[in-house]
Amino acid sequence: MTTGDIEFILEVRNLHVAYFSRARVASSAVVDVSFDVRPGEILGVLGESGSGKSTLATCLLRLLPANGEIQQGSILFEGRDLLQATPRELESIRGRRIALINQEPWVALHPTMRVGDQVGEVLAAHEYLDKKSRRERLRQVLEGLFPAETNRISFSYPHQLSGGQRQRVLIAQAIACGPSLVIADEPTASVDSATQREILTVFESLRRGFGVAIILITHNPSLLVGLADRVLVLYAGRVVEIGPTESVLSHSLHPYTQALLRCLPPPLCGANVVNRKTKLPVIAGDAPKLNTLSLGCRFEPRCEDRFEPCRTREPLPVSPADEHVVSCFKFGG
Amino acid sequence: MQPLIQVESLRKHYRDGKGLDSGHVVPALDEVSFAIAPGSTLALVGESGSGKSTLALCLACLERPTSGRIWFGGRNIAALCEKQLRAVRPQIQLVFQDPASSLNPRFTALEIVTEPLVLQRIWKRRQTREWGVALLERVGLSMEMAGRRVGEFSGGQRQRLAIARALSLEPKLLILDEALSALDCSVQAKIANLLLELQSSFALTYLFITHDLAMAAHFADEIAVMDRGRIVEQGIPEKLLGSPQHEATRCLVAATPGSIVTLNIPGVC
Repeated sequence: MTTGDIEFILEVRNLHVAYFSRARVASSAVVDVSFDVRPGEILGVLGESGSGKSTLATCLLRLLPANGEIQQGSILFEGRDLLQATPRELESIRGRRIALINQEPWVALHPTMRVGDQVGEVLAAHEYLDKKSRRERLRQVLEGLFPAETNRISFSYPHQLSGGQRQRVLIAQAIACGPSLVIADEPTASVDSATQREILTVFESLRRGFGVAIILITHNPSLLVGLADRVLVLYAGRVVEIGPTESVLSHSLHPYTQALLRCLPPPLCGANVVNRKTKLPVIAGDAPKLNTLSLGCRFEPRCEDRFEPCRTREPLPVSPADEHVVSCFKFGG
Repeated sequence: MQPLIQVESLRKHYRDGKGLDSGHVVPALDEVSFAIAPGSTLALVGESGSGKSTLALCLACLERPTSGRIWFGGRNIAALCEKQLRAVRPQIQLVFQDPASSLNPRFTALEIVTEPLVLQRIWKRRQTREWGVALLERVGLSMEMAGRRVGEFSGGQRQRLAIARALSLEPKLLILDEALSALDCSVQAKIANLLLELQSSFALTYLFITHDLAMAAHFADEIAVMDRGRIVEQGIPEKLLGSPQHEATRCLVAATPGSIVTLNIPGVC
């Protein structure tokens, strides 16, 4: 499935999402978020809890809970505005053109249904195929993900599979209909590091093999190294920085990204004998509450580089380097 | 120096299957031996299913090992009866990965922290309360938070609460079972710093169970690698990671997203 003739398959413009409490008090979870996804690209979305990354994932598919509301903006997917789409149109897009892979592989699968049937169910819901060609397509999909033991996996129940295998079944469901965009929300949370690597390799081969664009949502920057083409950093619902992975992670511009990366334990380079058991640098203070209002930059209270204009208004995105966009007054904003 | 805890050829076997059909024996721990010096940290790393958590449960006297000895305070605690264990348990405490599920949601922060003292019937009510407030402050939770319930705390604050509870009986050994794994990077750094600070002020000994090799290398004095119920390699971080001998260690090092090494992150490396 290639969409080579268009430049972006997804264009998100000035998206605002808020959640309302019972007393109709709004908490802005996503504020003025704009970004694009190119066909076959892996975009990493980096953010901590409460940064709005899961809200972003669910609102791209219009699956927000009842108290969530998209207040402004547009989501153009393959040229169509998803915010104007009817429920019927959405149904034909979800699962078929855009697939979502959720955080927990054990809750997402039906416990008493063989996994082959569960993947087949997705095909039955979206593609008008007869039984035989459906079975053929199912075999192809499962063969791609479990080349060595297609049959055994297909006839297994979820509890018979390991965490990594279950996660791959979810991936099989996601790609069964040949979508052009897969949104993966923390796909490697709560699996060990070997399984993590295994799943990330699957994503890499998906992109290679099928030309699928992937939005990979994570709180762990080190996962994105060597995998994502570009990284988008979220803080308190705002895009603070977006750019090619190399430049965002090695030459980060925004003070938040820099501080976040400093929090990681030193990498395994053997030279950190002296620093062992010393304190790790931290970001002072806590993440802001979403229902509080402030005029200035949301990171200002915790920022080490803050100065006068930071309190007056929110910084605008500027692009000091090629393709690297940052929202901070240090760069003009 | 005399080790605080010494484990000798510990085995734990589980029976597979149910009822009469319980012939198959699964060795969760197989001939595990190690010692931890007082005031130091041993990190236990390994893939899921390698037996890390079973070992933690055996050390905390929550599971009885099939065979082997655990020397702690001059006694083999693997052979003690329930009544004798009552005196040992306060000295070995656990902190789990997910504080949201390991803390009682209907208790206030103060009740959570002081419950162990109440159960051990050590002090009068006022004294217990004062100790509880002091503990909360020690882990960075303010006085006003004492009356709040678990649901009102953020992930990092909940983990602070779980640590305060674990410390309430002034244990000698703290078992941290993936205690940092579920936290955000910036919160992880704060909790790691808190644990290091507490270790130096209370001379605590840690068993730090994790699958994050980079954090283990930063946090621990020694690393032990587990694979299928056995400790396959043990040593100081530089040596173990610099020249890993065993296949399992090599796999872990390779799987660690350490490729960030090659990037020039300010302040790191």
